[in-house]
Amino acid sequence: MSIFYFIAFLSILFSVLVISAKNPVHSILYLIITFFTFTVQYILLNAQFLAVVNFIVYMGAILVLFLYTLMLINLNKDSEPVKSNMVKFAAVLGGGCLFVVIMGSLKSLGVSQPVLLKNPDLGLVKNLGKILFNEFLLPFEISSLLLLSAMVGAVLLATKDPKTTT
Amino acid sequence: MESLFNTVKSVPLNHYILLSSIIFSIGVIGVLIRRNAIVIFMSVELMLNSVNLLLTAFSVYRGDATGQVFVFFIMALAAAEVAVGLAIIVMIYRNTNSVDINVLNRLKW
Repeated sequence: MSIFYFIAFLSILFSVLVISAKNPVHSILYLIITFFTFTVQYILLNAQFLAVVNFIVYMGAILVLFLYTLMLINLNKDSEPVKSNMVKFAAVLGGGCLFVVIMGSLKSLGVSQPVLLKNPDLGLVKNLGKILFNEFLLPFEISSLLLLSAMVGAVLLATKDPKTTT
Repeated sequence: MESLFNTVKSVPLNHYILLSSIIFSIGVIGVLIRRNAIVIFMSVELMLNSVNLLLTAFSVYRGDATGQVFVFFIMALAAAEVAVGLAIIVMIYRNTNSVDINVLNRLKW
């Protein structure tokens, strides 16, 4: 039980550090730690497949993409112009208002039951694979189309257009 | 693995909702507070991740594996979104030599 609160505290701490770090490289490194705490949460929920996918996709692929883009852009100087304090205050106020609204609606829910695992192999690869390839076969195939179109779009966007540059 | 799960058994569902909404609000504040386009993008990733965690918690709570399949689809979508979004950021940098979003005010009314 106390593991959950410790990991939750770590993920909140590091996500605050993500948005408050001056250097974008530090921001990305804090983001890696935040994603790792989420992976630990998935393991605590016994969602092993999601833990592995989260580890590979987020901490492997997405973070490498971020770091590569940062390297291409060469932003590792601390020269980001900061917003004025007025805008910052308004932003924190807006986010705080969102949080208060969610908490208000949560409060009307009353006391909740503890999260219990009824079926121990719920999040295992065997069980999820059966559901994914029976009920969700068509969305699965469509998501492959989505990944293909995203790849084509990214290559098209990131390459230089020879007609306009020359 | 199951013994590991038994440590989390007494956590109420409300605490998962609390954690996810805190992380989501931090992501919203990050989008509003920063001017670097890449950091804004990372805040969006933070919001996506908090939603994933909440879907998984609901899925375990209800004993229904459909929520975890949804999380899988969200992860595939996030990968596609990051690829396209970072390509757009690279293109913006090539055209304006900066990733400061205040430079990109041509669509502003």
